[in-house]
Amino acid sequence: MSKVHLKINGLNVEAEAGSTILEAAKAAGIRIPTLCYLKGVTASGACRVCTVEIKNVRSLGAACVYPVAENMEVFTHSQRAIDARRNTVELILSNHSKDCLSCIRNQNCELQALAQEVNVRDQAFAGEKTKPTYDDVAPGIVRDTTKCVLCGRCVETCKNVQGLGILDFQERGFKTSVGPVFNKSFSEVNCMQCGQCINVCPVGALCEKEEIHEVIQALNDPTKHVVVQTAPAVRASLGEEFGNPIGTRVTGKMVASLRRIGFDRVFDTNYAADLTIMEEGTEFLHRVAEKGTLPMITSCSPGWVRYLEFEYPDLIPNLSTCKSPHMMFGAILKSYYAKTKGIDPKDVVVVSIMPCIAKKSEKVREENKVNGLQDVDHVLTTRELGRLIKIYGIDFNNLPDEDYDHDMFGEYSGAGVIFGVTGGVMEAALRTVAVKLTGEELTDVNFYGVRGVEGVKEATLNLAGMEVKVAVAHSMSLAKPLLDEIRAGTSPYAFIEIMGCPGGCINGGGQSIVNASVRNALGVNFMKLRAKTLYDEDISMPHRQSHKNTQIQALYDNFLHEPCGHRSHELLHTHYTQKPRFK
Amino acid sequence: MERMHVLVCAGTGCTSSLSAQVVEQIQSELVKLNLQTEVKVIKTGCFGLCQKGPIVAIHPDRVFYCHVTPADAAEIVAEHIYKGRPVKRLELTDIDEVTKEKIFNIDEIKFYAKQQRIALKNCGVINPEDIDEYIAMEGYMALGKALTTMTPQEVIDEVKKSGLRGRGGGGFPTGAKWQFAANQPKGQKYVICNADEGDPGAFMDRSILEGDPHVVLESMAIAGYAIGANHGYVYIRAEYPIAVERLEIALKQARELGLLGNNIFSSGFDFDIEIRLGAGAFVCGEETALIQSIEGKRGMPRPKPPFPAVSGVWGKPTIINNVETFANVAPILRKGSEWFASIGTEKSKGTKVFALGGKISNTGLVEVPMGTTLREVIYEIGGGCPDNKNFKAVQTGGPSGGCLTEADLDTGIDFDNLVALGSMMGSGGMIVLDEDNCMVDVARFYMDFIVDESCGKCSPCRIGTKRMLEMLTDICEGRGTAETLSELERLAHKVKDTSLCGLGQTASNPVLSTLRLFKSEYDAHVFDKKCPAHVCKNLLTYSIEAELCRKCGLCARNCPTSAITGVLGKEVYVIDPAKCIRCGACMTACRFGAVLRG
Repeated sequence: MSKVHLKINGLNVEAEAGSTILEAAKAAGIRIPTLCYLKGVTASGACRVCTVEIKNVRSLGAACVYPVAENMEVFTHSQRAIDARRNTVELILSNHSKDCLSCIRNQNCELQALAQEVNVRDQAFAGEKTKPTYDDVAPGIVRDTTKCVLCGRCVETCKNVQGLGILDFQERGFKTSVGPVFNKSFSEVNCMQCGQCINVCPVGALCEKEEIHEVIQALNDPTKHVVVQTAPAVRASLGEEFGNPIGTRVTGKMVASLRRIGFDRVFDTNYAADLTIMEEGTEFLHRVAEKGTLPMITSCSPGWVRYLEFEYPDLIPNLSTCKSPHMMFGAILKSYYAKTKGIDPKDVVVVSIMPCIAKKSEKVREENKVNGLQDVDHVLTTRELGRLIKIYGIDFNNLPDEDYDHDMFGEYSGAGVIFGVTGGVMEAALRTVAVKLTGEELTDVNFYGVRGVEGVKEATLNLAGMEVKVAVAHSMSLAKPLLDEIRAGTSPYAFIEIMGCPGGCINGGGQSIVNASVRNALGVNFMKLRAKTLYDEDISMPHRQSHKNTQIQALYDNFLHEPCGHRSHELLHTHYTQKPRFK
Repeated sequence: MERMHVLVCAGTGCTSSLSAQVVEQIQSELVKLNLQTEVKVIKTGCFGLCQKGPIVAIHPDRVFYCHVTPADAAEIVAEHIYKGRPVKRLELTDIDEVTKEKIFNIDEIKFYAKQQRIALKNCGVINPEDIDEYIAMEGYMALGKALTTMTPQEVIDEVKKSGLRGRGGGGFPTGAKWQFAANQPKGQKYVICNADEGDPGAFMDRSILEGDPHVVLESMAIAGYAIGANHGYVYIRAEYPIAVERLEIALKQARELGLLGNNIFSSGFDFDIEIRLGAGAFVCGEETALIQSIEGKRGMPRPKPPFPAVSGVWGKPTIINNVETFANVAPILRKGSEWFASIGTEKSKGTKVFALGGKISNTGLVEVPMGTTLREVIYEIGGGCPDNKNFKAVQTGGPSGGCLTEADLDTGIDFDNLVALGSMMGSGGMIVLDEDNCMVDVARFYMDFIVDESCGKCSPCRIGTKRMLEMLTDICEGRGTAETLSELERLAHKVKDTSLCGLGQTASNPVLSTLRLFKSEYDAHVFDKKCPAHVCKNLLTYSIEAELCRKCGLCARNCPTSAITGVLGKEVYVIDPAKCIRCGACMTACRFGAVLRG
């Protein structure tokens, strides 16, 4: 790559040809504030916060998009640039909600940080505000346009990452707002509720629908037996809520904090992940033996399931009928566990801590109900758990590491842990299916071919003389070609893992928000750092295959009798229906 | 072969004044007198003197009729066409300044005397729906010459030597723009004609497309040859249905004759053109927003660089030129760059079409050589302000431009002169303002337009223009303070400095221009709470001059808010300022001039 020589603030800078002033300045140690810019998502020069003075150019240029040129002279912090920047932020603030103190992003908001950085002191430009929309109808995502800065990150994300384009700009000029078509609610359109839009929102315009209050109520109700379960991906991100670097594994502290909050039982969803492998592995083997619908596709990602029901309802037969792990766990808790403990199932409250927004929608699915009860009563995102811990005054970083309750359901294998990352479900399944098919133990339980946070992954295995091709996709833009292949009848795969979020659950819509300044520097590495914690935990487990989980074996011996048997179908399996894309 | 041609203007302006019915009536009158084989009626493009439309021109007599109604058709046919006696009452005339006598000779009419029609050459002369007439006027000769005797680089050099600069407002040297695109590696490239003409009061491009669509098509093909493009788009606003129809007819006829399509003039060069309609957004006249629109996306501009010549529509090298720019290209290729460069000033060659509007006697379309003074255009061609009102300012460049005053009237019009005076040429809109115009209100009017048309992408324009409008409205409604004025000016500079595209970058121009030239009017609104031009309603007071009041009660009966009290025949009528909404109905009703406005 050839180099370009320019001057920034009088300093000689060498930059890659084709790079932007923002990138060149960063490499030279100069920080230009930005707002709408998010690497790999938006580079549109829209907000005008990063405008800089360029010699011989009449108006200020946006550093995030302006390409460097030989002998260019740039002044990022001249009086003209500084005044312009503060003026731009003042204009944005003049059309912004002033409810910072009660906003969900209070102290974690890019606009707050920016206002502080450019030293805004006045409430300048008082005037009319754009007509507001507040949508909290859907179970997962809340949209509040009074806080929207029209950065376009959510628009690009939904369009490029999920190929859905649920959100877009509408009207024009001062009346512009971002929302679903005709400004409908998320609940009225084909939104997967994946929450990727929340993860990229710099402010509080998009956020999760909180259930903290309901959980606290349950905890304070002496008649309720409140059980909490934690998804694998939560331990990979929860530490960030307390200032720990990305990639800090906090399993022990997470358990300790949940216990101090007062949950009656603290279990790990990974137990149920092992259960899911038993059920799904068996289902797959049945389909292979009986020439059932193949390829079979995993069904533990509710965002992905929503997508299928909207966009590819004809492929419903390809979906595994297994519920997702936490839903399976809830079903077992409200049947086998409640019976064993002598508790009325109606008094068992199941709370799932999830990296996921779509699970808030999954828990209310009619198709999942057993005896009229929801398997899971409340879903808290990783972020909500962080807030709950703070509400209870728990000093997270100084907690000792504690272990889950072992009462009936504490054990889990390494295969269960890796459910939280793309390729993990597939690898977990292969670790059991391979053994079942060949009848032989595996010398190496690692299936590196399906790992990796970028792109579609595939692997071909030779099992008992059969060639089994598998694929792994994450995010709908990666999944779509695979689905079109199935539709066309040309899919070469027997088994496909699809997760709704890019990178899998470690980058779920409920995980810790990674702000632009960190994300622009790290790129996809932040996902790799979180993924590593799960693979590290996997290696540390005594058992790394689901079928070796002794408590799972006990569950079958004592209650379920056999995978995909009658009882399993009643409690642990579900069905799907086409959903209208537009109401 | 006919002995007489009757040309009737079929531009949008005259059409809305029933010129289509004029055509029908004349046709039917001709049939009644069995003259239909001797006399041909032709629908043409704009004659330019829109104030006097519908226009009918009789050739070879060279008699121009104005304000023609369908009812006049019978007389024109019977008296002039049949008996050879022109209908004096309808003739377009002028007054000789010295003798004060009427002038009938079209060549001596002042409106036309100083004009030089290059872009408008065929408008008002040919039938735009007949390609044969275009060809008869040397149409497609320039394309033929380029394709068969010149290399693409020679075409670009010719355009460069002519000194042609963009007529859409930017004034960028056309040849240089084509060179940038030609320099890009060979491959898919595009030519786009920007026919989105959004400035309020501008109709130059509309008239060219309605009156002479082929010149645009021919020139686009020449441009394609020059840069190496085989595909062109005409992006035209949907609010120009007549122009769209004329373009579609022209495209069809050109394709039928092989003048567009494959292997034009057997040269091996292919070129064809697609029409794309706008959907009501002024911002889509900005070239990158226009490109977004063609690509099926929301019409929001993209940052530059990269420039369209390097990366344009579909990511390919693209040149975008205005309609009027293209209207000059074929003439340049046909008559030579030297001829074109001999017209105009040193840095602004050729002519410019202006749409004269506002407080001007001769509203219409004029084309003058660059260097013609504003005074010549406004007074000699335009006829000055009607009703003996005093000229106050002329606004050029639409919502992106500024005002020029009496002091500037002897300036020769060219790109650089107007910028030096704090305005710009723009696309050619020229709005004349008189003593009855409030300059603060004018600034507010343009800002209101900008606020409505802002695409909303960038913060300074989306929010800054709205805030400026709020401040201007405060000033006009009597809520302005000294701080409002200083904030307004400061914000105007910031919006200009930080906006993403030309719309936002020039949105402040009318404000800054009027603040500079008419500060006293702003001060009157803010400090005296008065509008010197008596326009801003909130700052007006209506009162009844007791001595003139005849106690007839007409004013009270017409008042919508019952704000006027008095006793019929006995007591003088009085307006209650608290109830008065300043609608002016009383002033209109009073026959005795007793209602005063101040």
